[in-house]
This record gives sequence, C-alpha cells and structure tokens, in this order.
Amino acid sequence: MIRTEEMLLNVGPQHPSTHGVFRLVIKIDGEMIIDAKPVIGYLHRGTEKIAENLQYTQIIPYTDRLDYLAAMTNNYVLCHAVETMMELDIPERAEYLRIITMELGRIASHLVWWGTYLLDLGATSPFLYAFREREMIINLLNEISGGRLTFNYMRVGGVKWDAPDGWIEKVKAFIPYMREQLAGYGDLVTGNEIFLNRVKGIGQYTKEEAMDYSLSGANLRCTGLAWDLRKSEPYSIYDRFSFEICTADTGDAWGRYQVRIQEIEQSLRILEQAVEQFPETGEVMGKVPKVIKPPKGEAFVRIESPRGEIGCYIASEGKKEPYRLKFRRPSFYNLQILPKLLVGQNMANLIAILGAIDIVLGEVDG
Amino acid sequence: MDEKDKERLKKEAAEKARAAAQRKREEREKKKEESHDSVSEVNQTKDDVTSNQDLEKQKAAAAAKAKAAAIAKKKAKEAEGTETEPTSNQDLEKQKAAAAAKAKAAALAKKKAKEAEGTETEPTSNQDLEKQKAAAAAKAKAAALAKKKAKETEGTETDSTSNQDLEKQKAIAIAKAKAAAAAKRKAKNANESGDSEKAKAIAVAKAKAATAAKARGKTTQAKETEEPEPITPSPQQPILDRYLNIVKEHYKDDILEDSYINRMSKHVPTIVVKLEHYYSLALLFKQHSGLHFEFLSELHGTDFETYMEIYVHLYSFKNKQSVALKVKMDRENPRVDSIASIWPGANWPECEAYDLLGIQFTNHPDLHRIMLGEDWVGHPLRKDYEPYDVEV
Repeated sequence: MIRTEEMLLNVGPQHPSTHGVFRLVIKIDGEMIIDAKPVIGYLHRGTEKIAENLQYTQIIPYTDRLDYLAAMTNNYVLCHAVETMMELDIPERAEYLRIITMELGRIASHLVWWGTYLLDLGATSPFLYAFREREMIINLLNEISGGRLTFNYMRVGGVKWDAPDGWIEKVKAFIPYMREQLAGYGDLVTGNEIFLNRVKGIGQYTKEEAMDYSLSGANLRCTGLAWDLRKSEPYSIYDRFSFEICTADTGDAWGRYQVRIQEIEQSLRILEQAVEQFPETGEVMGKVPKVIKPPKGEAFVRIESPRGEIGCYIASEGKKEPYRLKFRRPSFYNLQILPKLLVGQNMANLIAILGAIDIVLGEVDG
Repeated sequence: MDEKDKERLKKEAAEKARAAAQRKREEREKKKEESHDSVSEVNQTKDDVTSNQDLEKQKAAAAAKAKAAAIAKKKAKEAEGTETEPTSNQDLEKQKAAAAAKAKAAALAKKKAKEAEGTETEPTSNQDLEKQKAAAAAKAKAAALAKKKAKETEGTETDSTSNQDLEKQKAIAIAKAKAAAAAKRKAKNANESGDSEKAKAIAVAKAKAATAAKARGKTTQAKETEEPEPITPSPQQPILDRYLNIVKEHYKDDILEDSYINRMSKHVPTIVVKLEHYYSLALLFKQHSGLHFEFLSELHGTDFETYMEIYVHLYSFKNKQSVALKVKMDRENPRVDSIASIWPGANWPECEAYDLLGIQFTNHPDLHRIMLGEDWVGHPLRKDYEPYDVEV
C-alpha cells in the first residue's frame, strides 16, 4: 500500500508562473490538491487612497499601473466615469483614437496571455511569436502616446495627442499582417494534441458558478453567456462597429483559450472599420473646463477590458479631487474562484488553471 | 515673476504692514489716554494687551532677523492664544488688505486666504498679528514651515496651551476682562469679521490670482446653472417603480430609506435599504423572478464621515437590468451582514472593505485583511486615518 501524507506547499510570491507577485498556499495529498488559499496584496499601492488627494488628470497615470498590460482601457474607464458625471461631449476624432488604441491594447494583452500561457504549459516558441507581434503594437502605441506600457494617453474630454502623420496607415497595414499571424498561431498550437490534452476539461465551471463568482470577460463568456459590455451596454462609439461576442460553451481552460483567440480577430475587425471611418480632421480634445470638477454626486461606470469588466466608481463633492475613487478590477474578482477550481485537481494542473484565468497582479492588488 | 522678485515684494509688503501697524498702535494709545476714565479693569487689561503686543512685535522682528524657524512656529501658536480684541481694528484690517494687495506676493496671499477661511470665529486682531507673523515667516524663507504653521492656525482655534508664562498672564488678563457681555460681543464681531474677512480674501484673490479667480467663478456659475434638475422623468423610472412594487409586496413595513434614479450614473435605479433588512432584501433581489439579479458586479464601502456606506451594483442577465443597492451604517461601529453566501463573488470585495475601511461583515466565511496583512494598524481609506509609524 502506498502511504501518502498531507503537505503544505507555498507557491510564490516570486514564482514566474504566477505572472507577478502572487502567493498560493496549497495543501497537497500526494499529487492531489486538497486545499488552496490565495494570498494577495504584495503589489497593493493604495491607488484609491492616493487618488483622494489628486486631481482627476493626475490620477490617469496611476490607472496605467493597475492593469499594465492593457493600460488604455484603464485610462478610459476613469475618463469615462468623469465624462459621464459631467456630461461632456467627446469629439469624433478623439473617440476613434480611443477605440483604435484600446483595441490595439486588447490585442497586445491577449498576445501576452497567449504567449505566456503556452510558456507555462511548456511551449517556448509561441511566446517568441506573440511578443514579436506585440512589439509592433507597442511601437504603434509608443508613437502616439510616448509610452510603451504606461501610456497616460487619455484625458477627460478626449486624448492627449493626435495621431502623427502616417500613423493610421501603419495601423491599417498592421491588420492584415496580424490576421496572417493569427492563422499561423492556429496551425501552430490550436490543433496541437498535447496542448488540447492539457487544457480540455481543466478548470471547468458552469455558467451559474461563473455568475455567482462575479467572473467577467473571457472567464464568463467561456461558459456560453454572450456578455460583452462593448455590445451589451455600448459605450463610446462601439455601437457603430459590427463585431461578434465570442463565446465557447465548455467552461474550461480550452474554452477560455478559444474565446481569447477569437477576440483578437474581432478586435481586428473593429480596427478595420475604425481606421476606415476615421475622420480626416477634427479636434482631439473636447470643450472641457480648465479645472475638472464633477458635480456633487456619485457614478459607477463599467466597460470591457481584455480581462473582463472594469468599473470605476467616483463619489464627488464637487471638488477638484474625488471624495472616493474605486476601481472594479476584473482580475481581483476573477481570481476568487481559483481555490474552488484547484481543490481535487492534480498538482500538474495548477499552473494551467491559474494561467487560464489571465490575471494581472497590479490589478488584483490595486 | 521669478523668485527674487517675489522675495523682494514680500519684504516690502512686510515692511509696509509693519509701518501701518505702528501707526495704528500710536493712534490707539492716544485714544486710550482720552478715555481713561471708563471701566478701569477693562482698560487696564487693554493696556496690558497693547504692551504685550509691543513685546510680541519686537520679538517677531527679532525672530525674523534671526531667521529661527522654531521661534516663528511658536509665534504662530501664540498668535492663536492671545485673545486680544480691540474694537477699532476694522480700519486697520482694510489698510492691511490694501497693503497686501499691493504686495502681490502670491504665496502669501494664498496663505492668507486660507487663514481667512479657517479662522472665522477668531478675533480680528489676531488676524493682524498673524499677518505680521506670516510676513516674518516668509522672510525667513521657511516655506515648508510656513505651510505647517498655516495648518496649525487652521486647526487650533482657541488653543492657548502655549507654555510661556507671558502667554498665561495674558490669558488670565483676558479672562478677567471679558465678562459674558464681552463674550457676546465677540461672537458678534466674529461674525462680522468673518464676512469682512471673506470680502478681503476675495479682494486679495482677485488682485493676485486673476486667472484662478476667473476659473473659480466660472465653475461656480456653471454649478448654479446646472442646479435646476431636469423635470423630464428618467427612462429608468418605470423600472425603479417595478422594483419598488415587488419590494412592497414582500414587506409589510417600509424597509427602504430612500430610492431614486441616479441620473449621473447612467440613470441607474438606486435603492437605499435599512441596515437590518439589507441581507433579506439582497436575497430577494437574487431569488425573485422579476428581479433576478444573479450577477454582483461591484461591492465597496465608502467613509462619508457621518456614516459608512456599502455600495453594491447588481445586474440581471435574464432581465437585462441593473440596480445599485446601498446601505448606511454607523461609522463608529460599522457592522453589516455579509452577502457572500448569496453571491460568492462578494467574498473578496467584503474582505477589501473590511481591510481598508474597518467594516465588519457578520457571517462572512473568511474575513481577513486581504491587502495589507493582519499586522497593519488602522484602516487607510477612513478619512481620519493616520499612518502608524513604529519609529514615531
């Protein structure tokens, strides 16, 4: 008879597969996980507290550092919240620039996920391909905003910089290239049997569980629920583009993989239409008071980030600084289900399950 | 304007102010000699006070010369403590305001404006004294210190805890001199001076920061024009009414504190529930087929200083509608039922609210300090939070 005994294993906080500083204390019996407790907070910088002493424009750089793989959407959610409160009109050109940069950011974010997830599962080369394409996007965003990761690009009422000459053409040229590469990714990985065996049926949950645990983004859509705020509660000018909400019905890591890969294609579709409709001329900043003071009251808005539903709550006293600022950070909510997914699983699946959730620790810890 | 110019202007302003004060003092002394027959005690104390003031001014000059930051700080405190209150200081004030306006020392003006705002119930003469001191401080170029001082003057309103004997003597003299009637008059004066101070502050602000004043004026105007609420009913109003009807069907009593459409937040129907019914209403919200809020989008707390609040944003995929559920609780002992058993997704957000705001959630499966760790002292998102430093 084989004698097994319970063992406590500490994963992280400095473990490359946790994609940041995330600690997981697991109890294992042989190879089986019988308990898991996530420990977070290593990257908590008190953004919300800091923001209470900053003017709204000054807060924008802090949002870059929440989800640093998709900073454009973070920029946007804050601006969107303030604009909603102040009922500001955003110029057309600025709206298009916002959409283009956000969708480019979404593709870049999914590419990082795709590359690192496969790296987690033992495939080295996809990572190199993914980062090659991502580098191109980063260069594009760098050209328009001056930053590679922390863009600080959007402002209340518009965007900081207009697109430089020829930038839209570069984006135009990037779309077919990315499509071609995406097909290559499919050939390389998506049909790979070893890969499929690693992800199919792993980390599975039902639609009800996903809703109960407040999951959002690909984590929710992989259960078959067609819920994407870009389409379900359109903000900005997303209602002008035709695209589909990507879903899968398996609710496992394989489903989440499919959803994210398809989302790259849908983002390319949006980009294609956006650069086509892009207005020739126009302002990139709306008429905004010099000192931004949302009226007294509160607002909560939510938008679709690559990781799910990112929200921003502002309680204003009518001052230059918010009385209270709160971000609904999708990674934080999505990670909650992890212990439930891990219990009863084989140790070897730990990283495959964690990786499929797609967390960014800057966002988890806030 | 570069730094040197500013410095020079500040100096000039200080000198002018000092000269004006000197003139005033002489006048006052003359007056006093004339009316020496009136109530002796009061006058005596007034004399006391004036001599004290002289002493003080000398000191101030000495301090300014020495540029000793520590002394300047103490002075600010003293200024607070001395409740001297000659009645004829309105003119003096005006003169000073004029002098200040001339000086165009932006930093100084700012500080003054602050003081004027902060010390409304302060006797007016203190303000003069304070101004002198502020000028002295500005001379001393202790910018950081000045800031601290400004804070102090704001904070300690009737604080005469200074250790100096002189201070105590003064305090006693004043206490003697001022009977209940005087106190009454003081209150009146304070009110008046409050007004005049405000006017002064506005004048100073106008002279100094024309652009800033403009901007401020604009925003206040904008606010005023925004004030009248649009009367058109919100498109979400029927939805809110439906929610309320369902709630009414299930509860005999009135369990809601408030319900309204939050127009600022994309017209979301908002319901404020009484603390004791929070859990049961949340359960109803999830289970009732007409509501069916199966998705908890957001949960967080806010410290509104008079009370604590939990904000929950719920969404129903089935009915395609959302609601903002709010509950208020006592700030000193914030305690509320956990709804993590209804929506497991509320688990960590409740931990976060507990960690950062100190809100206790009863029946929570695992309430712990999720962000900061168990050994952290205090709850940072509370408005009165003071960072705990082991070394201090």
